[in-house]
Amino acid sequence: MLELYGTKLASRLLLGTAQYPSPAILADAVKASCASAVTVSLRREMAGGRGGEKFWSLIQSLRLHVLPNTAGCHSVKEAVTTAKMAREIFGTNWIKLEVIGNHDTLQPDVFGLVEAARILCEDGFAVFPYTTDDLVVAERLLEAGCRVLMPWCAPIGSALGPVNVTALRSMRGHFPEVPLIVDAGLGRPSHAALVMELGFDAVLLNTAVARAADPVGMARAFGKAVDAGREAYRSGLLEPRDVAVPSTPTIGQAVLQ
Amino acid sequence: MKLTVNGEAHEIATATLAELLATLDYEGNWLATAVNSDLVHAAERALFQLKDGDRIEILSPMQGG
Repeated sequence: MLELYGTKLASRLLLGTAQYPSPAILADAVKASCASAVTVSLRREMAGGRGGEKFWSLIQSLRLHVLPNTAGCHSVKEAVTTAKMAREIFGTNWIKLEVIGNHDTLQPDVFGLVEAARILCEDGFAVFPYTTDDLVVAERLLEAGCRVLMPWCAPIGSALGPVNVTALRSMRGHFPEVPLIVDAGLGRPSHAALVMELGFDAVLLNTAVARAADPVGMARAFGKAVDAGREAYRSGLLEPRDVAVPSTPTIGQAVLQ
Repeated sequence: MKLTVNGEAHEIATATLAELLATLDYEGNWLATAVNSDLVHAAERALFQLKDGDRIEILSPMQGG
């Protein structure tokens, strides 16, 4: 069973809660996916507003692990303060740490990420860093105290799927004992299955489900793909070969010429 | 006293952060507050003195990826 910062999770799918057509569809999609955790964020509340209360009630009713994020933060200070505010509201020390470095690609500012991770880990947070597939950055994050890494496989919301399978495979090989979660860029269930077949421990996705024509159906499909990919990885995948090898026995074949 | 609350300018006479929240009709245990980019815990709001020019952020749970 997947274990993240001492917490055992029944499912290897973590699902985002943004961009769904309605709160009811969000709830149904989460249930259909069998996700073990959902991501949430913090935003400005309107004076007299109760939007946050309604959303938080919905999330609590799902009875899943909650992973707050620091989405939209472009500096270490912003990310650290947002993490502390999230801990205050959500009552968890889990934080999906995002320090964005580029407006167009939404790629992480890995230098700020490492700095913020160190500050938050020392403050008792369980940091889930949204990072790239760079091995040196990964090592720095582990040195900072992270016990989970969340590399992107493509830009957030792009639906491109794994654009650098070699790098992902290398990351898995370099950190065999570290839980690795592919976060961002997945577009199709087959993408999720592929990274799970590579040996990644879990996937985190949002847009591909929320923006599907049928989010509930797509959530279910992703849940199955994650399970299938994991089962395939554990079962031992056949390595590709350059030549054909007959699957039907050749011994005992009749000569009928 | 001039304050900036969630990016909007306010001219308001409140001494503490808790009074500000009450005056602007913010209530509930799902709110988190920061003053000048630093977290102010809910338990500290009643004693947290505001001063002219402070920037206050009042956040609540929202959908996220």
